[in-house]
Amino acid sequence: MSGTYLGMPAFPRAARAAVADTQLRRNLEHATGTIRGRRAEVVAELDDWAELRAAGAAIKDHTLRHLDRYLVQLEEAITAAGGTVHWARDAAEANRIITDLVRETGETEVVKVKSMATQEIGLNDALAEAGIMAWETDLAELIVQLDRDRPSHILVPAIHRNRAEIREIFRRAMADVPADLSDDATALAEAARRHLRRKFLAARVAVSGVNFAVAETGTLVVLESEGNGRMCLTMPDTLISVVGIEKLVPTWADLEVFLQLLPRSSTAERMNPYTSTWTGVHPGDGPQALHVVLVDNGRTGVLADRVGRQALRCIRCSACLNVCPVYERVGGHAYGSVYPGPIGAILTPQLRGTAGPLEASLPYASTLCGACYEVCPVAIDIPEVLVHLRAKAVDAKRRRVLPTAERAAMAAAAWTLGGPRRLGMAQRAAARARRLVGRLRWPLTGWAESRDVPTPAPESFRAWWRRTRGRTE
Amino acid sequence: MITARNEVLGRIRAALADLPADGADSEVPRKYRRAHHDTGLVDLFAERAADYRAVVRHTLPDELPAVLHAAARVRTLLVPPGVPEKWLRGIEPGRLLLDGPALTPAVLDAVDAVVVTGCAVAIAETGTVVLDHGPGQGRRMLSLVPDHHLVVVCADQVVADVPEALARLDPRRPLTFVSGPSATSDIELTRVEGVHGPRDLEIVLVSHG
Repeated sequence: MSGTYLGMPAFPRAARAAVADTQLRRNLEHATGTIRGRRAEVVAELDDWAELRAAGAAIKDHTLRHLDRYLVQLEEAITAAGGTVHWARDAAEANRIITDLVRETGETEVVKVKSMATQEIGLNDALAEAGIMAWETDLAELIVQLDRDRPSHILVPAIHRNRAEIREIFRRAMADVPADLSDDATALAEAARRHLRRKFLAARVAVSGVNFAVAETGTLVVLESEGNGRMCLTMPDTLISVVGIEKLVPTWADLEVFLQLLPRSSTAERMNPYTSTWTGVHPGDGPQALHVVLVDNGRTGVLADRVGRQALRCIRCSACLNVCPVYERVGGHAYGSVYPGPIGAILTPQLRGTAGPLEASLPYASTLCGACYEVCPVAIDIPEVLVHLRAKAVDAKRRRVLPTAERAAMAAAAWTLGGPRRLGMAQRAAARARRLVGRLRWPLTGWAESRDVPTPAPESFRAWWRRTRGRTE
Repeated sequence: MITARNEVLGRIRAALADLPADGADSEVPRKYRRAHHDTGLVDLFAERAADYRAVVRHTLPDELPAVLHAAARVRTLLVPPGVPEKWLRGIEPGRLLLDGPALTPAVLDAVDAVVVTGCAVAIAETGTVVLDHGPGQGRRMLSLVPDHHLVVVCADQVVADVPEALARLDPRRPLTFVSGPSATSDIELTRVEGVHGPRDLEIVLVSHG
């Protein structure tokens, strides 16, 4: 995939372009609207949803609290079951390990199950540099890969494309496409099935992510719909599973919570069509070599932040994207990361740091309406983390020597609000300046660019009270 | 040289330094239900499985061979080792194929057969069947590559909900949870059945005698 997130503009600039794309807005409005309604229905079926959510959050918090111990336990269990565990500090190290593992098999192609972790580390590009072709097998990932595009949604990476666009992508980029391909969803899925079946039957090496890793037993879990996951996890000789270190749950029984929370939040189903679990190597059935790559890549930095660490509870369901008014209007690309939407706005700056303009702008890519927190199946208080990250950004600026316009304005405001006489003077001045509003000059133009400037009241409450004593004429 | 393993574990311990070292943390609250329904589980299972476009048939233990006999008239029955002989009573040997190493992925892909397996447990709330790929259920590839999968579910295998199902399963076995035929919603979130897994999922539900 040639799509890259390097050098992405800050969120407001990317968002402006996206909002102007009416086709994109129509596609997103239709798709997110559909799934919002369906999610609400299946969640309402369970009268103990609040209790499941509380348990999900608590299990994840407990796991993170003892993450070192659970990772060691997972390593022991996988090793005992015939798998090999590798550790990677960052993306480069993970890519090096995986590339070497593929090279050892002598293969130059791998099939892939959709995996956020491998997208995050840029695995496909790293493999391509080593002469290894990675075939994405999830339908939406395939669409994105064929189009040399970037994913725009965690669950449905091609959510920004409609049927007609997908047909054009297939006709342009799929080698064995039927000449008379229609834009019917069944026909498009059938074309993808034929295209990938030969790959599945011949595949010797697969790369997967996982949804959960059970420390107690060493069991890895993948939830999916199409069967491409089962194909990748079953047909090849070698399976390489890439696991972010926050994917752990302590026990097998803990899955009873997440297998209820995730499908209903994610695809809005009572259960997704296929869930596969495997524990090490199973003689005579499936891959006979299993490698598990545990990846940090910034996660321990997130863990160190008392407020921000709750982002590591995330189970990548994407419910927060589907309810977000900002995401619905700008789509996923503007977030400049494989993690778009509200969860991306708190995860990306924490994983990568806020030195870059994109990362620094993401905590502001929200109206703080709180819908994301409400639907989050593991109760991540995204608005709380957004405000926390904004505060950190302000603190970082405070250490700069030269004052910014914002700082000067805030200092003036502090002085004005510091005494009733000063405030009264300012209010009278504002009332006199009413007619000038709408003609704001620098440095206020930046602020007013994306906001309606409120017109100051002709008279302050205090002045009105002094004049009338509360009597309405 | 410090290994990646030790460095990552060290970073984790440093990141958690603000928390008390003795690990005294609050209990996980488990006030959620073990089950959302306690009666009518077999009917609920049938309804929920059909919701996801599985074809569900009810039968009695004595009538199961007749049901499979009817299926064998349309396609060859492909069965894994360990399927109970009484299920297959009266089916002509020519209509029966036993799974084995000779059936490579390419053969499984080309065969026009219906794969008949049992299951380990079935979940009423979600309409799910779970295979642990033990005797009578076949290796994972068998119920994946051919286009038609028929699962025999006995009424006493149906549990109310996910917690009870997991308690019955052995995580050391490879497990496949199946809820309806393979599907995708990747195109405009419209559900389309029959992508890479079997296009047809048929569930034969055997009631208590």
